[in-house]
Amino acid sequence: MTSILLVEQLLNGLQFGLMLFLIAAGLTLVFGIMDVMNLAHGSLYMAGAYLAAEAMQHSGSFAASVLLAMLVTGLVAAVLEVALVRKLYQRDHLAQVLATFALILIANDLVKMIWGPAPVMLGLPPALSGPVQLLPELMYPAYRLLIIGVGALAALGLYWFVAHTRAGVLVRAGASNRQMATLMGVRVPLLFLGVFVLGAMLAAAAGALLGPVTAVQTGMGEEILILVLVCIVIGGIGSVRGAFVGALLVGMVDTAGRAFLPMLLREVFPPAMAASLGPTLAAISIYVLMAAVLAFRPAGLFPARG
Amino acid sequence: MRSFKPLILAAVLVSGTAAAQDPIKVGIANDISGPFAALGAEARDGFNLAIKELGGKLGGQPAQFLQTDMGGNPDQARQLVNRYIQRERIDFFTGPIGSNVALAVGPALFAAKVPYLSNNPGPSQFAGKQCNRFWFGQSYQNDAFHESAGKVAADRGYKNMFIMAPDYPAGKDALTGFKRGYKAEVAQELYTKLGQIDYAAELAQLRAAKPDAVYIFLPGGMGINFIKQFVAAGLNQGITLIGPGFSADEDVIQAVGEPMLGMYNTAQWAHDLDNPRNKQFVEAFRKEYGGRYPSVYAAQAYDVIMAIDAAVRQVGGKVDDRDAVVAALAKADFESVRGKFRYGANHYPIQDYYLRVIEKDAEGKITNKLVGKVFDDYQDAYVGECKM
Repeated sequence: MTSILLVEQLLNGLQFGLMLFLIAAGLTLVFGIMDVMNLAHGSLYMAGAYLAAEAMQHSGSFAASVLLAMLVTGLVAAVLEVALVRKLYQRDHLAQVLATFALILIANDLVKMIWGPAPVMLGLPPALSGPVQLLPELMYPAYRLLIIGVGALAALGLYWFVAHTRAGVLVRAGASNRQMATLMGVRVPLLFLGVFVLGAMLAAAAGALLGPVTAVQTGMGEEILILVLVCIVIGGIGSVRGAFVGALLVGMVDTAGRAFLPMLLREVFPPAMAASLGPTLAAISIYVLMAAVLAFRPAGLFPARG
Repeated sequence: MRSFKPLILAAVLVSGTAAAQDPIKVGIANDISGPFAALGAEARDGFNLAIKELGGKLGGQPAQFLQTDMGGNPDQARQLVNRYIQRERIDFFTGPIGSNVALAVGPALFAAKVPYLSNNPGPSQFAGKQCNRFWFGQSYQNDAFHESAGKVAADRGYKNMFIMAPDYPAGKDALTGFKRGYKAEVAQELYTKLGQIDYAAELAQLRAAKPDAVYIFLPGGMGINFIKQFVAAGLNQGITLIGPGFSADEDVIQAVGEPMLGMYNTAQWAHDLDNPRNKQFVEAFRKEYGGRYPSVYAAQAYDVIMAIDAAVRQVGGKVDDRDAVVAALAKADFESVRGKFRYGANHYPIQDYYLRVIEKDAEGKITNKLVGKVFDDYQDAYVGECKM
């Protein structure tokens, strides 16, 4: 194992973590502020990817496709919020889970009706399709560097928004204590709409950005939703900082687990045992991490409330 | 009240005789929703083309083709098959894409003496100890694709070999099959997570190890993810990518596009196979479905309907004589799009396997091109365990 490999895996973990953060931020805000468990958040991620694929087909410009995907998904999210999610605020979590799960099923079938059951193509923008020389011995895919860049920018942007703007203060107030915020005169319905749409746009951006390196197919939202849920549980519900730390931890641990665990096991155990233990342990590494964090901090690392 | 009894009796008798003129029923359990939706849609297109060409008849007799979606779900498929057997009284069964569904519904069909012709799955269980005369693994035996890929790797002299598959039974079977064909030590055997999205960690290991070639069994979205990321990392410059035919067929090509060029894969069929039946099939398929090439799933589905048609013709339409039907099906006296076709003792085919590469055709479309033959008359490794 060389230091080059280590650096590369660090970058991989960072990139994966930042993408998870984009999705996790929206989900944690919605859960934290509106107390709505929105399982359909993964479907918004999927919508972003499909819309970007469609836009790419017609325009050929990747940046335009990503922006278009974000805007249209934001619009769809606004409609969803007013039509359905608004009615879920008063209900208990089970009703919310049922309703948003129904949304997942509807979204999957809708996507299949429009685009067909086969995965669709979302290609890499040609300018970024090759590797870039980072260090004398390290060639890293240019596209993943872009993802790291965008993810870091988004993280900074969200931090600035939450910590240094008035709207951000309202968001934090709502997350911290919704009743008090209402009593203090915060226009709650507008705030909720804004948070929901913001979360959707971030998820759509993640979908559009990850589209070129993943399969754009029905059900892609659910696969990533599970990882995202682990991120926000580790980070603490309702806190963007928690989502950031949680996502980075999950990204790093998952990557490190898959990269180094089989190697380490091979040193200690006989090869046949290592070959079967390695992938299994790597697959559960993030859940072990979650359990470990919850053992010490039952509310997550940076809970918004209390 | 009492006068109704003779009426009812008469009605039952009449319907009993009327049943003799019932059309021949083929039960098809489709994967229209669920994990194999894309492949199920291909199979459905193959079925429908064959049904259309036969005019909705089998062996010249009126036939009914019941197509129902079971979403790739073994429980749903079991319920559907029970309904097909008990209510519809089907004479033949086909349809599922996944081996798990085939294994789930097989026993009920065999017990009801309904021949099950496979349009895709070829589980090893039905090839060896659990072989059954009502099972016809017409498509292929699961291991064969991997074994032929292994042989290709050995023939091409790839010494430093990486092999990857997801960590589940089919994945383990795939790599075992590959190693059986490769007949040498592989440098690294990697198991990934089922449904894994990001392969950066594995790609970094590939870059560090610099193998001659990497063999992947990553069905569906996993394969698409991996291939896209593999090419984005620039690894396709120095490392050859090999896969089984189902990781490199039309559905994956449609989703990945240019990055797939140059990928080798093995299958028992290619759309440019040079025999008249295949040429006719491909032309008809392209005409019917807007110019797109058929995938191996469509070809297999088409062959199933044609095989049933031939068998029905050979028994003169008397499909109630199940022993005769089974014998006719086992003879496989039909023109397959694969060219010559025959079954082994366990009702799995003894057939040729080919090497294909993904290239642009004369029209500039990205598709598979036949490169050469890997195995002549290849038979699966489990036939010895079958005591049929």
